[in-house]
Amino acid sequence: MIFFRLALVNLLRHRMRTLFSIAGIAFSVAAMLTVVTVLQGAIGMFTGILSSGAEMIVFERNVSDLFFSDVPLPVAKTIAGWPIVAHADPVLFGIVSSADHPIITCFGVTRDDARIRQATWLAGSADSFGRNQSDIVLGERAAAFLATSAGKDVPIGHGVFHVSGIIRTKNGFEDGGVFMPLEDAQRFFHKEGLSVITIKLRNTSEAEMFKRQVHEQFPNMIALEDAEFSRSYSQFRILKATAWAVGGCGLALGGLGVANTMIMSVFTRIREIAILRVNGFSNIQIAATIFGESAVVSVAGASVGLIVGAVALYVLKLIPALDGYVDVSMHLSLMLLVVLLALLTGIAGALYPAVYAMRIRAVEALRFE
Amino acid sequence: MSTAQHDRPMVEAHGIWKSYDDGAIAVLNGVDLEIDAGQTVALCGPSGCGKSTLLHLIGGLDLPSQGRIAVNGVALNRHRDMVRFMRHEVGFVFQLHNLIPDLTMEENCLLPALAAGVARKDALLRLHELARRTGMQDRTQHRIQKLSGGERQRTAICRALMNRPRILLADEPTGSLDEKASSAVFELLIELADSEGVTLLMATHDRGLAAACDRMIEMHDGKIHESR
Repeated sequence: MIFFRLALVNLLRHRMRTLFSIAGIAFSVAAMLTVVTVLQGAIGMFTGILSSGAEMIVFERNVSDLFFSDVPLPVAKTIAGWPIVAHADPVLFGIVSSADHPIITCFGVTRDDARIRQATWLAGSADSFGRNQSDIVLGERAAAFLATSAGKDVPIGHGVFHVSGIIRTKNGFEDGGVFMPLEDAQRFFHKEGLSVITIKLRNTSEAEMFKRQVHEQFPNMIALEDAEFSRSYSQFRILKATAWAVGGCGLALGGLGVANTMIMSVFTRIREIAILRVNGFSNIQIAATIFGESAVVSVAGASVGLIVGAVALYVLKLIPALDGYVDVSMHLSLMLLVVLLALLTGIAGALYPAVYAMRIRAVEALRFE
Repeated sequence: MSTAQHDRPMVEAHGIWKSYDDGAIAVLNGVDLEIDAGQTVALCGPSGCGKSTLLHLIGGLDLPSQGRIAVNGVALNRHRDMVRFMRHEVGFVFQLHNLIPDLTMEENCLLPALAAGVARKDALLRLHELARRTGMQDRTQHRIQKLSGGERQRTAICRALMNRPRILLADEPTGSLDEKASSAVFELLIELADSEGVTLLMATHDRGLAAACDRMIEMHDGKIHESR
């Protein structure tokens, strides 16, 4: 208790300095939490596109991006015929643009695709999907930002399409996307093949067998379970690494702030540390008071950071342009991890000050005014 | 200090030399000193004669450049556990009291006890006993900033005696007090040293106070010149 009291007394002695340190950790935690949550949400949504009614995907081996994947149509037809496969949905991804929106995701899908079947139809119906050439279905958000509605024509890319329906999904990417019949999409993007095949197996325990079968019959293709894909997809890995690097830099800066506070705290208390030593404090006990201070700063900073992060994510959700594109729900594991990292940062920041304090010689420090 | 020997002096210092800056500044020049257990000893001499340095060496805050110091029969330069020595064998009272100003009198006094692992309940019992004997029982919850100079020094004395040390080293304990407070603190020191059975070694300029001690040791230029 006395150690905690000493730590608290020292922090309260320089309130502004302490507040700045707490703010440093808080903003670092908030930044890391926000960036990683938004990114994980985005990745989750992208994965959700693929896992819609499916648990596996097949795509071209060794492509850096699914947009570059080229799966021949016969592969999809062959796989659909395998007894262990419940259904196989071919999907072609493409990017289209309109006058004000340079990037709109386009999904070339069949009428039986889970995305079409499971969506909430705000206008039109799943049965009408692909009935007429040049018909497209828009996600609700896409319809909003393209300022169009069902029954109207809309210019997309170099063509003009008829909006036959509008759907609402839980996925921001899909909600902001354009759905075309697969054949129309192939024509539009001048591609004969597909981007991916999403697979639903009759029995999920046959996933390994399915992967082996794909590898043996189509060596240029790879089959992955959704979770595997999310872990291994190089774009996701780059994004995750970037997010953690940005967050890590933030925490490192926060840690430097703590280090600065703690070293200043030690410098201004040299005499006091000497008094503790004269009163029988061991090196470990003296270090404990320093680490105690940094722990208080870190815990306070992490707590404030969680609140700031939650507010930031809530505000992001309110931004119309981002609505539906990012899943901003914070995961407990991420929160705990970020708090743990903040604590470790605080401890790291207090290492040098603690070592410095342990080296203070009472006899010299008592002469220090 | 399991190796303590009761027939030996409490403090034995032989051939103590202490210098700084690679010998450029000599502070102690061959001090020999023995102090019996339970004695009250005044260390007198002008500023810079080496009184504080000698106290620091005996208290284990510093090591001599040459010579041997033993407290309660154990050589300090061989002391494997100086932290234990600081906690249980020695108590310090300084001229500038050296209390932590933001803590209360009670918290300041609890520091050495809690650092030594004494249970809080036992430490509080000891504190209240000392506070009563020093007339500080109504001041235990007061912050140091709210205490007078004399009260601060009484607090420092309480703190120094918390762990029942064998030797109390007081470096000009009345140096920053007025005459009335000075003699009150001095009388308290002598009385507590006597009742607690503590050996008291006190550096002081005040020869009037020094005369009331069992022994008075005179220091000049880092040497002991006369001893009564």
